[in-house]
Amino acid sequence: MSPLDAFRIALRAIFANRLRSALTSLGLVIGVSSVIVLIAVGQGTQRGVTDQIRGLGTDLIFIESSAAATTSQTGGLGGLAQSTLVQGDAIAIADDAIPGVVSVAAQIAVDAQAVAGSNNVGAEIVGTSSTYAEVRDLGIGSGTFITPLHDEDGSLVAALGARVADTLYPGLDPVGQEVRLSFAGGRITFPFIVVGVLDEQGGASEANDQVFVPLSGVAGRLRFLYTPTGDLRVTQIDIQTASGADEQRVKDEVSELLLFLHETPEPDFVIQSQDDLISAATEVSNTLSILLGSIAGISLLVGGIGVMNIMLVSVTERTREIGIRRAVGATAGDIVKQFVTEALTLSLFGGVVGIAIGIGASLAVDGRELGGQEMTTLIQPWSIAMAFLVAAGVGFASGSYPAYRATTVDPIAALRNE
Amino acid sequence: MIRLHEVTRVYATGETAVHALAGVSLEIGRGEFVAIMGQSGSGKSTLMNIIGLLDRPSSGEYGFGGRDVAQLSEDARARLRGSAFGFVFQSYNLLARMTALEQVELPLIYQGAPDRKRRAAEALVRVGLQDRITHLPTELSGGEQQRVAIARSLVVNPLVLLADEPTGALDTATGHELMTLFSELVEQQGLTVVLVTHEAEVAAYAKRTVRMRDGRIIEDSGSPVTAAAAGGPAP
Repeated sequence: MSPLDAFRIALRAIFANRLRSALTSLGLVIGVSSVIVLIAVGQGTQRGVTDQIRGLGTDLIFIESSAAATTSQTGGLGGLAQSTLVQGDAIAIADDAIPGVVSVAAQIAVDAQAVAGSNNVGAEIVGTSSTYAEVRDLGIGSGTFITPLHDEDGSLVAALGARVADTLYPGLDPVGQEVRLSFAGGRITFPFIVVGVLDEQGGASEANDQVFVPLSGVAGRLRFLYTPTGDLRVTQIDIQTASGADEQRVKDEVSELLLFLHETPEPDFVIQSQDDLISAATEVSNTLSILLGSIAGISLLVGGIGVMNIMLVSVTERTREIGIRRAVGATAGDIVKQFVTEALTLSLFGGVVGIAIGIGASLAVDGRELGGQEMTTLIQPWSIAMAFLVAAGVGFASGSYPAYRATTVDPIAALRNE
Repeated sequence: MIRLHEVTRVYATGETAVHALAGVSLEIGRGEFVAIMGQSGSGKSTLMNIIGLLDRPSSGEYGFGGRDVAQLSEDARARLRGSAFGFVFQSYNLLARMTALEQVELPLIYQGAPDRKRRAAEALVRVGLQDRITHLPTELSGGEQQRVAIARSLVVNPLVLLADEPTGALDTATGHELMTLFSELVEQQGLTVVLVTHEAEVAAYAKRTVRMRDGRIIEDSGSPVTAAAAGGPAP
């Protein structure tokens, strides 16, 4: 029997029981499409997170206080007050002439309310220096960023992230306007003059929702941020390294310097490069992908069991047909071929429809808001190939045993079975 | 052509063994029209199954066309069965949802034969169903369905046609028409027909009658059991 004949016979049997065949395939449709969608969501999330990290700039190394790293999530001033990093550390790193270090920017990051007229918006206030725009690759839309002059005179000026500017000054040019920044639940409020607005940054960038002010300006007014020895506590220090520099060596040397400055044998800070952050995020999202993929894999398995179940029922129901085919010359191999082809056809049909639905659903979900979170999906060709191969494997496996059962049908009994 | 020697077939049903065939020796030559008669349980259907390679003897020898076929592998038996034997049953054993032409094509599919449609149509013409080629079993009368089954068994040009109570489900007139068709196939086309029946009227169409009881041949109008080698044309 040629494969084409086997396929024709399979199609005939499948179409003879349309509803049953459709329901059987449905299990695989759901399994295959969920594998594709869930892997696309997992990979899309990964892409989103790595884009966000890359969006911070290029060749960056971040230093955070170990104490603040655990408390800075609150975004409050309290966490900042515990930070072990000080502005002096940043100055020391910049002065130490470590090979590969291009520029250094210390920053304080605090959550605050930005108010202009009757508009207000929650924003992260980043107290930093003029070097920050360069370190983070931030483009200026109008006006200027914090200038070296502002660094020195500690003036109360602010550069606004694009979304902050849009919200506070819809349709207006904010440069020269006053913005009031209110910290600690409104107990501390300062007026700032807007000197510039940043370009709209790529989708995942947090800079759109930030307000940048000179560290010196804020520090002069928040006395409690100083250590007993008169140094200013900061949340984070960013180092930009030369492209192609040995980041590990820079990290080691910075670490050594900080251990010396902090007079501690054990680091009270954490140094991470962008690559470290990306690989940590990738690890997390790979685990997520595997988890999602496994759940989808289970539904694929259940779908396969459904196919096998129906094939077993089908063999039992078609005892007489099998007997007739044996009587007119079908070998055991022909019977196996017939039932395996049938199971394979059902599974591959389910697989192809599942792939179509999986791709369609992934594209439909891409960019939509879901639970306040923008979904990003990234369809993986390998997930399609894998789902298809699994569907084929399922078809083959779930067809084989029933097909074997079919060959044990006794043609004599089958033919007398009226 | 068919040569059985001391063939037995024992079924184990629980504790007791049932001797469906208790030592049958029989020779059937090419072009013979043989009726095997007997009560139900006499072993006549078992004998037909063994001749048609649907069943294996428990002991004894079976030569077909000069070849020992008792020990052939399953696949070899299936191939020989498909090419040398045609089967006709009381219940026509047609597949649902297939047209007459498709039913008749079926054995050719398993043979991998070329020119299937034309040969199937020719077989249907041979049994007088040239006007029923595209009909489904449900659209055919009992006699017509049985003719489709006969066409299906003839399409591979078998050496032997095995018919198990072929008229059992038909009315008398249709039964006679069918037996006339068998006679014509034997006389005009040289086919060998082995017919299993319990109706003397049907058996009368055959040239030779073999009577069975309790798994043994008790009477053979063509060649006496005791002198099997002497009777019938040589294969």
